[in-house]
Amino acid sequence: MNHKITLTAAALVATLVVAGCAALQPMPSSQELDAQAAAMMKASFREQGIATMDRIEQDLGQKACSSDKAPSAKVAAQIEEAALASVKWPADGKYLGDWKEGEKLAQNGRGMTWTDKSTDPKGNGGSCYNCHQVGKAELSYGTIGPSLYNFGKLRGVADPADPKSAEVVKYTWAKLWNSKAYAACSNMPRFGHAGLLNEEQIRHLVALLLDPKSPVNQ
Amino acid sequence: MKAWKAASLLGALAIAGAVGAQSKSTADGIAEYRKMLEDGNPAELFEAKGENLWKTQRGPKNASLEQCDLGKGPGVVKGAWVELPRYFADTKRVQDLESRLLTCMETLQGLNAAEIAKTPFGRGEQANMEALAAYVSAASNGMRMNLPQAHRDEQVMYELGKRAFFFRGGPMDFSCASCHGESGKRVRLQDLPDLTKNPGDGIGFAAWPAYRVSSGELWSMQRRLNDCYRQQRFPYPGYASDVTVALGVYMGVNAKGAQSIAPAIKR
Repeated sequence: MNHKITLTAAALVATLVVAGCAALQPMPSSQELDAQAAAMMKASFREQGIATMDRIEQDLGQKACSSDKAPSAKVAAQIEEAALASVKWPADGKYLGDWKEGEKLAQNGRGMTWTDKSTDPKGNGGSCYNCHQVGKAELSYGTIGPSLYNFGKLRGVADPADPKSAEVVKYTWAKLWNSKAYAACSNMPRFGHAGLLNEEQIRHLVALLLDPKSPVNQ
Repeated sequence: MKAWKAASLLGALAIAGAVGAQSKSTADGIAEYRKMLEDGNPAELFEAKGENLWKTQRGPKNASLEQCDLGKGPGVVKGAWVELPRYFADTKRVQDLESRLLTCMETLQGLNAAEIAKTPFGRGEQANMEALAAYVSAASNGMRMNLPQAHRDEQVMYELGKRAFFFRGGPMDFSCASCHGESGKRVRLQDLPDLTKNPGDGIGFAAWPAYRVSSGELWSMQRRLNDCYRQQRFPYPGYASDVTVALGVYMGVNAKGAQSIAPAIKR
């Protein structure tokens, strides 16, 4: 009988150990949590329409900018360098299009969601007003990015064709093409690099920002 | 009729907003608008439907949900919402409200949880889920967010949720933090809560589920997260998938002490 009691007691201890195990198990290390999070992302999403699973395969920049801590200066410089090198400059050397078309693109926040039909940039907007003040007439603008009102004027662009304006013109093009060229973890999408807008559309946005006749510079 | 009244009030607000330019912040306008609707939030209709569903014998097992354990014991609804997501010993998982309702619908009523999870929002059993979410959250209206973090798996889910929150991806490089990582920002005129901390009473995590006047629908937290990911240009998050539960833990724990106004009313 004593034997039986011992066995029961042993079984009880075993049960307690198992029950307490989950709570007593140490927290996974930071690296283990990173690996679990990566597996969780893969397992939790599925493809829907144009929103395919490759969208959550991160490149170097996306990965480095995925925490509440900024990447090291060295990594940031590496991302910026690669981003600048990725910029496709206009083949015909023409940087400015029609600011009126640019304004339409700035207003348009559509494109690239799983409810959109195509990834062709022709159907996409630039979503500029979602995050920036652009023209003064539009009161419904976001504040995630800085105000772009008087963008060209403040940078001294009186004539975009003047060689003195070349540096600002090229910077504006590159910022729109691949925003990470100047800030590794910029919140701004890489419109040209990611295929969100085509060359023609980027020309229109450069005009919206730099054309002295654009409402942005009034 | 209440929805009707709400829609016309929204119209009036939009006009007032346009005329008054930005003399008054959008947040003030919305707060005023909510005040006007306080006695007539159409979410009440969803709550009533949810309460009825909770108490009705349904499914192959012809049982009600009255024995469902939402974390505070079988059948306890009051106070459950402000403590979810949490760890459940029977499933050995951290579950949010919708995930837990799926468990109860399957185990108690014999309904097929996987089928319900696959059903599009607003249709069939998913329409019932939204009503149930309204009912359960309403029972904690006015209470303060108080998610448990004692269990190791709850702590792990917080850490995974934090990583998901900052995960950048998609063609626009967006993460949840792109819009919700700083205070005082907005998209167009919409104020954005900073979800990395407690954004305040009845804001962010403490404001869902909510009735959306613009669509006339009751949106659960699952649906809210789903639409965030759509706008983030991500692939489609599974209903009650781990990433959605982990984000719930992250936002809910961060919102500790925030008073829940769920089911709230939104534009």
